[in-house]
Amino acid sequence: MALKGAIVVDTEKCKGCGICESNCPTKTIGISTEVNGKGYPFAYMANPDACTGCTNCATVCPDSVITVYRVKI
Amino acid sequence: MDIKDIIKPENKVYGKSPVLTDNIMHYCPGCSHGTVHKLIAEVIDEMGIQDKTIGISPVGCSVFAYNYLDIDWQQAAHGRAPALATATKRLCPDKYVFTYQGDGDLASIGTAEIIHACNRGENIVVIFINNAIYGMTGGQMAPTTLLGQVTATTPYGRRADLNGFPLKITELIAQLEGTCYVTRQSVQNAASARKTKKAIRKAFENSAMNKGTSFVEVVCTCNSNWKLSPVKANQWMVENMFPFYPLGDMKDR
Repeated sequence: MALKGAIVVDTEKCKGCGICESNCPTKTIGISTEVNGKGYPFAYMANPDACTGCTNCATVCPDSVITVYRVKI
Repeated sequence: MDIKDIIKPENKVYGKSPVLTDNIMHYCPGCSHGTVHKLIAEVIDEMGIQDKTIGISPVGCSVFAYNYLDIDWQQAAHGRAPALATATKRLCPDKYVFTYQGDGDLASIGTAEIIHACNRGENIVVIFINNAIYGMTGGQMAPTTLLGQVTATTPYGRRADLNGFPLKITELIAQLEGTCYVTRQSVQNAASARKTKKAIRKAFENSAMNKGTSFVEVVCTCNSNWKLSPVKANQWMVENMFPFYPLGDMKDR
């Protein structure tokens, strides 16, 4: 049984600090080159196939902008 | 499997706590305050005490904590949060009262208040954010600043002969009879954040059992005033702060 996950980032609230990226064990998360309305780059799933839905990124996110979804397949 | 099939309400495993408001936090990118706010919100939500919790916000960056946690708040004069918490808890003994203070607030101007509130054994929770610097006012030296650390007021590094030694206030608090739980935690990665959440929950539970003061120090970063990126600030904290401020429980009874 494998776990498959996905994250949704509230891009307008994300400040692109990169703490989620450094805590992602599967290197799923990247920081965009685009910016949001406040001028911050934001986190996104750069490698969506790798995500296991471990919730590490959302646990450390200082602005609580990440929602994690997970399914067993 | 397509991403759209995963992102469904029934598959949600982690999201923003309902105790947190929708306001965008004014903190700098990567500031540990946001993480600690979230952990407190999650503990309050899990314990179901949202309408019974009163927070005392300090002076410092986290003065606006009342904008982010949807509970009752009071705002204290600089350093006086434990005094206000004492009054609040004595007048409303069935409420959960906690103070949220930084190192400039708690370890410098509020030293008298925190020492005596802990010595009296008030049934409050103290969340102490130690980032070894004054964040809001522009990165001046705090009592907790490490020896050799460069700040706005110690541009050549803190010197013991000129500026004195860093203050381990949590070790001092642990000596006092009134405290029941004294611990030092951090939030630089997911494992440490989960441990900190457990510590905060234990502190709130102690408060309900009238066991005395619970004191949770969280070693944090101030990447803006340390002049580092958020990720590098976390590394700097692990390399420099943890040897002087070792993590773990100092007292638990």
